[in-house]
Amino acid sequence: MFGKLSLSDIPFHDPIVMGAIGSSTIGAVVILGLMTYYKKWGYLWTEWLTTVDHKKIGIMYIILAGVMLLRGFADAVMMRAQQAIAAGGNEGYLTAHHFDQVFGAHGTIMIIFVAMPFIIGLMNIIIPLQIGARDVAFPVMNSVSFFLTVAGAGLMMISLGVGEFSNTGWTGLAPLFEKEFNPGVGVDYWAWAFQLSGMGTLLGGINFVVTILKMRAPGMSLMKMPLFTWTSLTSSVLIIFSFPVITGALTLLTLDRYLGMHFFTNDMGGNMMMWNNLFWMWGHPEVYIVILPAFGIFSEVVSTFSSKRLFAYKSLVWATAVIMILSFTVWLHHFFTMGNTVNVNVFFGITTMLIAIPTGVKVYDWLFTMYRGRIRFTSPMYWMLGFLTAFVIGGMTGVLMAIPGADYVVHNSVFLVAHYHNMLIPGALFGYFAGFSYWFPKMFGFKLDEKWGKRAFWGWMIGFLVAFMPLYAVGFMGMPRRAAHYDDLSWQPYMITAAIGTAIVGLGIACQVIQLVVSFRKREELEDATGDAWDGRTLEWATASPPPEYNFAVVPVVGDLDAFWEMKEQGTAFRHYPVYADIHMPKNQPYGVIIGGLALGLGFAMIWYIWWLAIASLIGIIATIIISGSNDNDGYLIPASEVKRIEDLRFDRMAQAKKEKEEEVEKLSKEEVYEYSDKNN
Amino acid sequence: MSSSVKKKGIKFLKGTLLVLMAIFAGGCKKMVVLESKGAVGVEQAFLIKIAFLLMLIVVLPVFVMVIWFSIRYRASNTKATFKPKWTHSNAVEAVVWGVPVAIIIVLGYITWESTHELNPYKPLESDNKAIEIDVISTDSDWLFVYPEYGVAIVNQMVFPVNTPLNFRLTSGSVMTSFFIPALGSQMYAMAGMQTKLHLMANEVGVFRGHNMEYSGNGYAGMNFNAISTTQEGFENWLKGVKESTDSLSVDRFKDINSMFNMNHPVTSFSAVEPDLFNKVVMENMHWMGMPEHSEMEEKYGDEPKGSMHMMHGHGSMH
Repeated sequence: MFGKLSLSDIPFHDPIVMGAIGSSTIGAVVILGLMTYYKKWGYLWTEWLTTVDHKKIGIMYIILAGVMLLRGFADAVMMRAQQAIAAGGNEGYLTAHHFDQVFGAHGTIMIIFVAMPFIIGLMNIIIPLQIGARDVAFPVMNSVSFFLTVAGAGLMMISLGVGEFSNTGWTGLAPLFEKEFNPGVGVDYWAWAFQLSGMGTLLGGINFVVTILKMRAPGMSLMKMPLFTWTSLTSSVLIIFSFPVITGALTLLTLDRYLGMHFFTNDMGGNMMMWNNLFWMWGHPEVYIVILPAFGIFSEVVSTFSSKRLFAYKSLVWATAVIMILSFTVWLHHFFTMGNTVNVNVFFGITTMLIAIPTGVKVYDWLFTMYRGRIRFTSPMYWMLGFLTAFVIGGMTGVLMAIPGADYVVHNSVFLVAHYHNMLIPGALFGYFAGFSYWFPKMFGFKLDEKWGKRAFWGWMIGFLVAFMPLYAVGFMGMPRRAAHYDDLSWQPYMITAAIGTAIVGLGIACQVIQLVVSFRKREELEDATGDAWDGRTLEWATASPPPEYNFAVVPVVGDLDAFWEMKEQGTAFRHYPVYADIHMPKNQPYGVIIGGLALGLGFAMIWYIWWLAIASLIGIIATIIISGSNDNDGYLIPASEVKRIEDLRFDRMAQAKKEKEEEVEKLSKEEVYEYSDKNN
Repeated sequence: MSSSVKKKGIKFLKGTLLVLMAIFAGGCKKMVVLESKGAVGVEQAFLIKIAFLLMLIVVLPVFVMVIWFSIRYRASNTKATFKPKWTHSNAVEAVVWGVPVAIIIVLGYITWESTHELNPYKPLESDNKAIEIDVISTDSDWLFVYPEYGVAIVNQMVFPVNTPLNFRLTSGSVMTSFFIPALGSQMYAMAGMQTKLHLMANEVGVFRGHNMEYSGNGYAGMNFNAISTTQEGFENWLKGVKESTDSLSVDRFKDINSMFNMNHPVTSFSAVEPDLFNKVVMENMHWMGMPEHSEMEEKYGDEPKGSMHMMHGHGSMH
């Protein structure tokens, strides 16, 4: 009935694990209880779970990323604490088998369940707004994508309390992940969580490419697309080309583990080197999938807050496209030390360095956007400047490791750990944070509190430097990555410093949580009634904040790269039309959440060999797809009168806010006059 | 606002510089990779330093410009030039594309040269005759076989200084990576395959060796001492090993290999079954119904070709 699953698979004996389970369970029970008490289940179902509105799906993606960030960060704290303690004869507080699950979970969560949902969430919210569309191309598929990712995240969370997680890192290690060496369920949890969310991402990639190519507002040619849309397009293309590789590789591993095949085993013709190749053929483009859209965010932010057009837009677009293509030509640099012939290593070393050229160009183009601008130092701009300074250090160590001869002595050491965190924290995560605070008023209609936002930045920035710069140094001392303990005491001071850095990052995260609470409480004061919170330049600022369901009452016509800026200059922005047309919108559908739920069941059943449930879930998924495919219900009309009512409301609100502001300014200037006259008397 | 930004900016720059200085100056003594004791490692340390200096040409201006532009073009400084529509400059574009391209061309040349020079498969030149060492890893131990001397040792390696060391590596278990940071390059060891590595110590001393590729619960303890000693010291050590009563056969190795996640104490073997390394490689190859190794050696010589390369070829990508 329950396959391999029994009560003994819940680690009751482990106080650390039970503490984590206990607190998560209590949290979940409290939330469920509150929802029942306030009778919010219906609201949750109709407004969120079945929604096909790209903005709401995007917000759910970001919430998922936020929750998983906390989990992933808890793993980071555990690892840093362990390595700060476990020197010399001290084995630390985690067993080797617990430590290896922690580093595997940390990596998997941070890449697959934080970086991916965060950026896909931002893409979801912003792309249709930036290109003047009313939704994505396939709204129901969008919902399916999201809930498949949730299913994967669900498996990650279940693995905490039921069974164990993989001990083979986030990349999987052949042949260690084979049944022979890993008979438990850990690797299966990893593979199914990865597989399900990967399928969701693939569908999302297809969705965004079609959306961007087919649904742009009239007049928006490719070379008039805002840079965030451009980088999202390249990122989506990378998703479409690279995710099938990991889907295939994980399928081969599944065949090995479930049917006793030999794709990556030691014997019977298995080849572990093939795993390394397949994994990184996906894995390296994946790095750019998460970083390129962040580059897009930085481009938007730097242009907006320098009150200046983006410098060398064409250069930036071309640099993005070059990075997209080159990212498929460098995967072998992840294993220069596998005994490859010299010229193979030289080839991949040089292609890797080539990526530094367009990346360097981008950095300078952003700097020259600031040049002769009027820079406003808001918190998105802080993230941007922090990124610029920290990222170039990571770029430098990256090019260093692209030289095979140098890589031979730093590969697989904590130097490597420092390098890729140096790329992903300032490069990707800072970008997402910048985008989050930049577009937060667009999502919710009020700005985030700047004071706490800047505190959060300093926590992250200083914490990042303190946590990872020492790892570069220890890497030069030869410290291997992923070591649960070590005997060289001279490494310990550095590891303690790194742990302190993690604590400082923790303060940054605390500031972000406080920022959300403070901003919510001050939401009236922080309100932005105009929809244009930052004096923005691109189309997403042309509509209300938060935008109505249909985004644009009248589809805008684009004449310039900075479309909205041009409208403001010509006085055509904020146009209040007297008459509106009916708007056709897609209807809510439950298929996404149903498929997600069934996928979670399928994954769990496969992990625990509960065959009846696996078969039932699979049939359920196929049936749902058939039903949704044969459903002719193609949406509904929002009548023109309703559009007019919503738009009138917006313009009333705007007028009122303007009046209040003018009164305030008048009051302030009067006070100044009094002060002035006081002084003169 | 502006002054606080300025202050913070300067503070940040100072912090970054201090950290960089700490990396390059303060801790250098313990940074065995940069202060290498090996013939290969010395070149690699030099390579790292040169590459760093070259890259600073691109990186330093970024720090300067971030600070300078942030201060000069802050919104409150209304005296600074403001050109909101300025988006193109051929001169700037030429520099921002040209300089990185030039640096990468230089680095590319260095990569070509150094990768050939530092090819781990390339034997090292020396007046002293090289020593062959076969490295066989389990998931938690290192076994070093000296075929020329018919001895073997677990989790310790002894060798004479200034003598080229020719390693052949394989694994009896999962994938591992053999690395002695103070001497130079690392190399993966994989079951059913053979990889090669060449190192040489320039100084007498005890260096730590590690497994760099996660291999299971025994990973963190999978370290060994690599003892570089004089020729005389090496011969004395050999004599000592010969006094051990333990001998190493394929079955004995399987015994060690079957104990998952166990870090063995240093153990010496005074006798080793002939051709042990190849027999361990072949352990994963029996399914092919291949001829015994000795026959293969006759047929294909030392370097198996074509479809045979997996047997004990160079690893991947030939």
